[in-house]
Amino acid sequence: MGKTLFEKVWDQHIVEKVEGGQEILYIDRHFIHEVTSPQAFSGIRNRGIDIFRKDKIVATADHNVPTQNQHLPIKEALSRIQVDALKQNCEEFGIELYGLGHPYQGIVHVIGPELGITKPGMTIVCGDSHTSTHGAFGTIAFGIGTSQVEQVMATQCVLMERPKTMRITIDGEIGKGVYAKDIILYIISKLGTAGGTGHFVEYAGSAVCSLSMEARMTICNMSIEMGARGGMIAPDETTFNYVKDREFAPKGEAFEQAVAHWSELYTDEDAVFDTEYNFDASDIEPMITYGTNPGMGVGISQQIPVMDEVDNPGGLSKSLEYMDFNPGDDMIGKKVDHVFIGSCTNSRIEDLRLVASLVKGKKKANHVDVMIVPGSYQVQQQAKKEGIDKILEEAGFELRQSGCSACLGMNEDKIPKGEYCVSTSNRNFEGRQGPGARTMLVSPFTAAAIAIKGSIVDPREFLMQETAV
Amino acid sequence: MEKFEVLQSRAVLLDAEDVDTDQIIPARFLKSTSREGFGDNLFRDWRYDEEGNEKPDFVLNNNQYSGKILVAGRNFGCGSSREHAAWALYDYGFRAVVSSYFADIFKGNALNNGLLPVQVSEDFLQEIFKKVENNPDQLIGIDLEQQFISIKGMNHHEHFDINSFKKACLLKGYDDIDFLLSKKESIKKFEQQYEEF
Repeated sequence: MGKTLFEKVWDQHIVEKVEGGQEILYIDRHFIHEVTSPQAFSGIRNRGIDIFRKDKIVATADHNVPTQNQHLPIKEALSRIQVDALKQNCEEFGIELYGLGHPYQGIVHVIGPELGITKPGMTIVCGDSHTSTHGAFGTIAFGIGTSQVEQVMATQCVLMERPKTMRITIDGEIGKGVYAKDIILYIISKLGTAGGTGHFVEYAGSAVCSLSMEARMTICNMSIEMGARGGMIAPDETTFNYVKDREFAPKGEAFEQAVAHWSELYTDEDAVFDTEYNFDASDIEPMITYGTNPGMGVGISQQIPVMDEVDNPGGLSKSLEYMDFNPGDDMIGKKVDHVFIGSCTNSRIEDLRLVASLVKGKKKANHVDVMIVPGSYQVQQQAKKEGIDKILEEAGFELRQSGCSACLGMNEDKIPKGEYCVSTSNRNFEGRQGPGARTMLVSPFTAAAIAIKGSIVDPREFLMQETAV
Repeated sequence: MEKFEVLQSRAVLLDAEDVDTDQIIPARFLKSTSREGFGDNLFRDWRYDEEGNEKPDFVLNNNQYSGKILVAGRNFGCGSSREHAAWALYDYGFRAVVSSYFADIFKGNALNNGLLPVQVSEDFLQEIFKKVENNPDQLIGIDLEQQFISIKGMNHHEHFDINSFKKACLLKGYDDIDFLLSKKESIKKFEQQYEEF
């Protein structure tokens, strides 16, 4: 019997199988950031040991950083202490740090791929659940807790049970105005927030193969929102072309050799998955969430479900009370106070280009605050180079400096209590963007359309306008 | 890590499904560089209003319920990988969480910190909810060695699954890092034959 892509990569990294079904998995790259690493560094220090493979760790500061005036000291004391602690720890142990002010700084899941650190066939971990993003390159990439961050620092390995395998195949044509974010929100709305628990997902099918690397990263990024450990996509020409010539990618003959190896990373025809799902891309319209978990999403032209349409009416009722929505409400026309475009899900250059293409020559609605936060310093510089910053500025959008920003209500960027934020991030949990904040998840294209309109709108209206012109 | 063998305690009922780690401990309270003190902000926004006053309808503010066992609806611990969620539950005083389903990363984090995730059937979970609701003094027993959970004084108990390696770690109070450190030679040997492309 053949092997799945996941099995091929996993098997190449097994050091040893342990009694009880656990396996020692060797890790190629370990990304660390300021929030989930300090206790791991302390653990290493307390054990009186050194970090085992320092050259396999890359650090950046992203969760706590301000997205304005990054040259000034961080105002909030606790955030500053955490960012400073990362700097001190990296200095003490000799870890490469792309901290504030460094040209490679940015959201950990944006910088890895854009610098060519993330390569097909790798195993990658980080103390962050959205590590699944890197799976877009055909890597096994997953989020770990701080105890495991310490394990990897100590031994370059994690101890874990082999997850089950799932394949989600998406064939058919992707509609106009529909993007990767809509595809993954659609899948999560069908499978639920626990539909992927215990599994590692491979996304396959003609619709997936047609996507750019940025779009594939958006899909893999949100695998965790259906409970999956991670998601991956078999590397192909699109992948190799993206990796080629990036800062840390292999060059010349080494690159050709790597491509030969990477080209072997696909699921064999006779391989068997534990679970399989199939979707048709043409069924998907631009999506929006109405509730307090990423599974509570609908097509933007549709209504919020009514109680007898759902499995967990208690959960729906609690969510709608928090959102101050009613069952059966239309999503279109709902009021919006903030639009946030950013996060490890949607803050790459392609996302910014898409937003610029829609807002060019238009103005945002007066009452809406729009925050657009690039995923990295590199993305910000590229946006400037392409004149995207000017287009955004003319539309009244504020282009900030890179960081996790309003995705998680940890740094200065928060949404005030009771206000509605349309967001390109990954979680609409209660209070995720700030205590009492109400989040609706969408694609960058939909977010841009809503910022212009000032209320929830079907972004495809803007496509029609363009065609009319 | 503290050993876990048997636990007999009253239980705290959290009647919610899909409890995500942002609810268990919101991100703005993750700024400590140590592992201690997170219990103060456990379920912060469900437990306190903006002024820091207790919300009377939240279970942790209800004096009737207390104990070392948290019982919650399915898919407990979904979302962010923050281990702070496990630290906060442990720091508050919980030693076990009972649910009909756990998110993967939370489950691993809990096990690495001596907090036992006990996965039971939906029926048994409902039975615990019913019994504890009727009588908040109802004791729940958890025996890790035997792998069963029981509603004390009733003939109700259920077997639960746990990885045998993780079970041994909890019973002895060992952690994974001690084990992996003992495998350093195998890891080095692996590195010699392994090529990264």
